[in-house]
Amino acid sequence: MLDFDWQFFLEVLIGGLLSGVMYSLVALGFVLVYKTSGVLNFAQGAMLLFAALTFVSLVEKGIPFALALAITFGVMVAIGIAIERVVLRPLTNRPPMTLFMATLGLSYILEGAAQLIWGTQVHGLDLGIDDIPFEVGGVLISQFDLFAASVAAVLVLLLSIFFRYTRIGLAFRAVADDQFAALAVGLRLPWIWATVWAVAGLVALVAGLLWGARLGVQFSLSLVVLKALPVLVLGGFDSIPGAIVGGLLIGATEKLAEVYIGEYFGGGIESWFAYVVALAFLLIRPSGIFGQKLVERV
Amino acid sequence: MRMFNKAKLLAIAASLVLSAAIPVTHADEQYFPLQSYRVGPYAAGGTGFFGGFIDYLNLINTRDGGVNGVKLTWSEGETQYEVERGVEVYERLKNTPGVAAWNPLSVGIAYAMIDRITQDKVPLITINHGRTDSTDGRVFPYVFPLLLNPYSETSGIVNYIASKEGGLESLKGKKIVVLYHGSPYGKETIPIYELLAQKYGFELQQIEVPHPGNEQQAQWLTIRRAKPDYVVLRGWGVMNPVALKSAAKVGFPVDHIVGNVWSNSEEDAIPAGDVAKGYTAITTQASGAEYPVVKEIVKTLYDNNRGNLEDKNRIGSVYHNLGIVNGILNVEAIRIAQEKFGKRTLTGDEVRWGFEHLQLDPARVEALGAKGLFHSINVTWDNHEGNGYVTFQQWDGKKWNVVSDWIAPDWALLRPIIEKSAEAYAKEKGIKLRTTEDAVTATN
Repeated sequence: MLDFDWQFFLEVLIGGLLSGVMYSLVALGFVLVYKTSGVLNFAQGAMLLFAALTFVSLVEKGIPFALALAITFGVMVAIGIAIERVVLRPLTNRPPMTLFMATLGLSYILEGAAQLIWGTQVHGLDLGIDDIPFEVGGVLISQFDLFAASVAAVLVLLLSIFFRYTRIGLAFRAVADDQFAALAVGLRLPWIWATVWAVAGLVALVAGLLWGARLGVQFSLSLVVLKALPVLVLGGFDSIPGAIVGGLLIGATEKLAEVYIGEYFGGGIESWFAYVVALAFLLIRPSGIFGQKLVERV
Repeated sequence: MRMFNKAKLLAIAASLVLSAAIPVTHADEQYFPLQSYRVGPYAAGGTGFFGGFIDYLNLINTRDGGVNGVKLTWSEGETQYEVERGVEVYERLKNTPGVAAWNPLSVGIAYAMIDRITQDKVPLITINHGRTDSTDGRVFPYVFPLLLNPYSETSGIVNYIASKEGGLESLKGKKIVVLYHGSPYGKETIPIYELLAQKYGFELQQIEVPHPGNEQQAQWLTIRRAKPDYVVLRGWGVMNPVALKSAAKVGFPVDHIVGNVWSNSEEDAIPAGDVAKGYTAITTQASGAEYPVVKEIVKTLYDNNRGNLEDKNRIGSVYHNLGIVNGILNVEAIRIAQEKFGKRTLTGDEVRWGFEHLQLDPARVEALGAKGLFHSINVTWDNHEGNGYVTFQQWDGKKWNVVSDWIAPDWALLRPIIEKSAEAYAKEKGIKLRTTEDAVTATN
């Protein structure tokens, strides 16, 4: 035990936690939609791809950064509203599985549309944040990952304030608690859902830019949803703090597992180890750490 | 008049019935079924490669009227790089008359097709990839890992690292990490790296990155702790730029990372941004549009809006040029086979014969307008790779620049290993080893 390299352990742990924040960013988009409409939006990854590809293509066409950001945000809001109108509204009161399948189909449509409109070429995305590490006590920390963690923290803070203190945020919570009661007091459900999807589009844009800067803007961006699923299982599908804590736990666990026990399984275990953790947790606490426990009257 | 009309109608009806009964023949066409991927995670590679391949076929049709008057035709089936879709496309297109060869550009699809194409007697081309032991034509008569099989690639990379260190003797005591894609493709070279490490005395660590490779923090921290002299990147798709970025995060020098032949494109370096400057990778074909054949494609096709690439900036890119070289090799195999069997539509087995005699020396390569684009090839009935030479290119932030001469892998060292593996496969499958006599003929 005396030979144990604590500094290296700390480095892996910090790297894992910072990676986990990136997973949380994707998970946040899922939580928003699930919290208010009970739909597990499998198209979140495709939305992320669409947002990043739209933004980077506009920038490459010479449109200034800020304007491209604004246009992309507008496009994502329009897509959110269109999804509510064209896909979700006709499926109101359908079983959750039907809605899930609809978002699965939607993800393919968005991926196809993104490639049809903007092409299949791989793009680099420079947000102006250096990815050169700095050293603290012999431990290397990525500037970019710290920046991404800060963005995630700000996003969570803004969303928490939004949900807690604004009228529309309170309306979201009311809809999440009981849709029929919300309707009875005069809340306009379709409008609320359209707004939620638009906010999910904004989260997809932020996550898309950060992941795009990390991986390059390319089709594989849509696969980052696979990183968000164990985070959701762990943190709870309807909890914003849960998405953050779940992301941190999954990020740290999978990295430590890869480094310390990976070699006993032939390496490359982190992709499935996250699911092992999530599955084990599911057996103990099905609604996740912060997820709302379902109590049904029978 | 009425009688005449009736007779005419009867004749037309009879001819229609006959034409339905007799299979349609395309006397002067040679067909390429293309299992391409233009959407999905690997679309950038697919559009470049198949774009270059189609551009070359199109050039031959437009400029020369086909190969000795035999027009080249093709159609595409989208696979998204997925094995089951690739097999479905194979089953759908295999009965089209005049199939020349299959070129799936996918290890998974190629593996799934080996038994099928062997039964159908049509060549399967796996340029720069595929099953290493399929180099042995005694066991795999219809499979051609042209120019470079994975073991030759490994040998070429080790030779290059040795040349930077002052010779093969200098490798002793050095440490090399191989970071490989967690797929059959990525794992193909594990045994040969182990063998070369043993032979040259370098320390070796092989680390897997799970598919698709968009998270490599743990792997690169492990590399940082291991402190290797070089890292060989055996990646694919998104794994490559993420590797370069993750290397920078842990402070590993990019000019000590050597990419393999599927980590050598613009699509691998551009997304990594500035940190990719100085990254080196192996290649069998140079990039750039200055080669006569590429210029001719631009003049004949792109200047007339008939080019296959949507984005003209990709002309001369690594994948586009690989597609062009692949086109040259396919077309020349047909040309060579036509000299023996006649200037007509050939059977798949006749085209196989053409590939088994595909010998293009540097003079012939120059005559084809490809001097400097690739070196040469010398395929024989039992050597289906054809001793391709490799070169190394370095990324300067905008484009690749060649930084080495043409290097020969250590074929003499590799051949017995390949034969041993192929013979084991033959034994397992009950395949009788071919001889020179078996290879001289072809069925029509």
